[in-house]
Amino acid sequence: MSLKINNLKVYYQTLRGDVKALDGATFSISDGEIMGLAGESGCGKTTLANSIIFLNPPMKYIEGSVKLDGEELPIWDMKKMDKFRFKKISIIPQYAMNALNPTRKIGKMISELLDSKKVNYRKTKPELERRLDLVELTRNVLNMYPIELSGGMKQRMVLVLSTLLDPSLLIADEITSALDVSTQKAVAEMLVEFRDRKFVKCMIVITHDISILYQIADNILVMYAGKLAEKASTKTIIHSPRHPYTKLLISSLPKVGVKSSEKKLTGIPGNTPMLLNPPLGCRFRDRCPLAFSKCTEEPPFIEIEKDHFVACWKEHKKNA
Amino acid sequence: MLKLEKVSKIYKTGTFGGKLLPAVVDVSFDVKDREVVSLIGESGSGKSTIGKMILGLISITSGKIDFNGIDVSTLRKKELKKYYYDVQGVFQDPFSSYNPIFKADRIFNIIRKEFFPKMKYAEWKDKINKSLRAVGLNPDQVLNKFPHQLSGGQLQRFLIARALLLDIQFLVADEIISMLDASTRVDVLNLLVELKSRGLSILFITHDLSLGYYISERAIILYRGTIVEMGETDKIYYRPLHPYTKMLMASVPRLDKKWEEVKIELRGKKAETAVGCVYYDRCKATDKKKSCMIKRPELVEAESGHFVACDCYKKVAAKINPIP
Repeated sequence: MSLKINNLKVYYQTLRGDVKALDGATFSISDGEIMGLAGESGCGKTTLANSIIFLNPPMKYIEGSVKLDGEELPIWDMKKMDKFRFKKISIIPQYAMNALNPTRKIGKMISELLDSKKVNYRKTKPELERRLDLVELTRNVLNMYPIELSGGMKQRMVLVLSTLLDPSLLIADEITSALDVSTQKAVAEMLVEFRDRKFVKCMIVITHDISILYQIADNILVMYAGKLAEKASTKTIIHSPRHPYTKLLISSLPKVGVKSSEKKLTGIPGNTPMLLNPPLGCRFRDRCPLAFSKCTEEPPFIEIEKDHFVACWKEHKKNA
Repeated sequence: MLKLEKVSKIYKTGTFGGKLLPAVVDVSFDVKDREVVSLIGESGSGKSTIGKMILGLISITSGKIDFNGIDVSTLRKKELKKYYYDVQGVFQDPFSSYNPIFKADRIFNIIRKEFFPKMKYAEWKDKINKSLRAVGLNPDQVLNKFPHQLSGGQLQRFLIARALLLDIQFLVADEIISMLDASTRVDVLNLLVELKSRGLSILFITHDLSLGYYISERAIILYRGTIVEMGETDKIYYRPLHPYTKMLMASVPRLDKKWEEVKIELRGKKAETAVGCVYYDRCKATDKKKSCMIKRPELVEAESGHFVACDCYKKVAAKINPIP
């Protein structure tokens, strides 16, 4: 068991009260697994990712534990986490393209970064160059400024940089969403290759584009309004989802081969609830076509089949 | 309805404008009445530039854009305003289309001030309500609010409603879906389909191929400012002829099929002005002809309603897939 998260709650502190952006997440990722994290904007995907690595205000730790390789991470303590960041856990942030320092040459920036972690740049350089070859960047990029690279090249550069010290966990937050389809494919496949070559032990890939996850992820976790909705293997989520939200989400995706004149797709009516004072019970209740009286109580996230977790009363009942 | 004839846009770059950067080169196509045409291409292919030229937001270097018999590039002040009664655009990012200091309905008031100064308030209000209902919004819920109080999907539909106030005939929809969530995405797409059935023509600019397939009758594939393939959507999607289109189709992430093992060439992706085929340095056809390097291939009709700009397409098209 590489990563184990138990009942993690992280709220945002505001003047009007706490925004419950991540309200009780429990799941685990095993070695060599790529877990996809999907959901609409504002469902807490990025909060989950950031809280594991850099829990800064207004984010507020409420409760829960995160264990990586059997070791408890002190995520509530910014200083103690320094030891783990970059070496054990690494993140490629949402706008990774803008994450490079524009006033430094890339090589210089990397050497400064390694210095701060007390790693020798000279000794790491051969490995760095090997990995640049792997992502099809010329070794000359180390002498260039970030402005000289295209968006896709920067994204690949950051991928190499974040995985340089072979972290146990890599979090990739929407790294393909700003890229063209062809570059998107190349970057996504590089993620898989980095996993296969054991540069990273396990990965959380966050995206709102489920079709990308279908291509690369082993398991998919679907979130809705700060809660976990469903987690299962990629195949199960795409072909036989059980949670009504996942079902509606999958069926609303336009696919090549579906024409508006032949088959009209429908979206999900309604909006996501405000997380400042979220409604009690199931948070999808208002938009759910199957909602019934029991849904005013909160559905637990339990395993209904092997490795298939769902938080829905209807499904629990069917299984009971 | 709208016709582009050999339209080009060349930007001057460098300190004294000494270098030339062709963004769009000799693009010709037309959009008929009640038709949705998708303009598909990667970033930097010139798709937004074409949209902006149609809207008259940037000048064209050469060529002609013809809208119902009027040459758009010659329009000045009053005529241009008249043109905007018929043609409007909606852009990618709904969040930055509003001024956060003012309420979101300010965009409607500007329209009233500019285009309907004589209309009575009650009549105007009625018009707004009608237009908001047409895009599937409840006027009581969304009016009188600040942009941050509305969701991305609502803001985007607000902008479409704003365009509809003018009783337009042609809409340039520039990546209007890409910032929206999956669950609201389809609703905006369906809205466009409905508008089409009411007689609106749409130029749908996108980089997402599955969205293009869902809504359009015809598709145009752009690469580095030139059209590489153009034709009926079915034919383009099921029988792509140009090697670029093929590569594009193979890299679309799909839910029914895993990616095939197609190697994507990332190195030769520089924007340079080749005299020959625009795709020459990335083309992987084994028998690339020398002539591809010096002569730019013309757009030719490969089958009825399917044009391709590739000299080698016949060999490439040996295996023709039937359209299901």
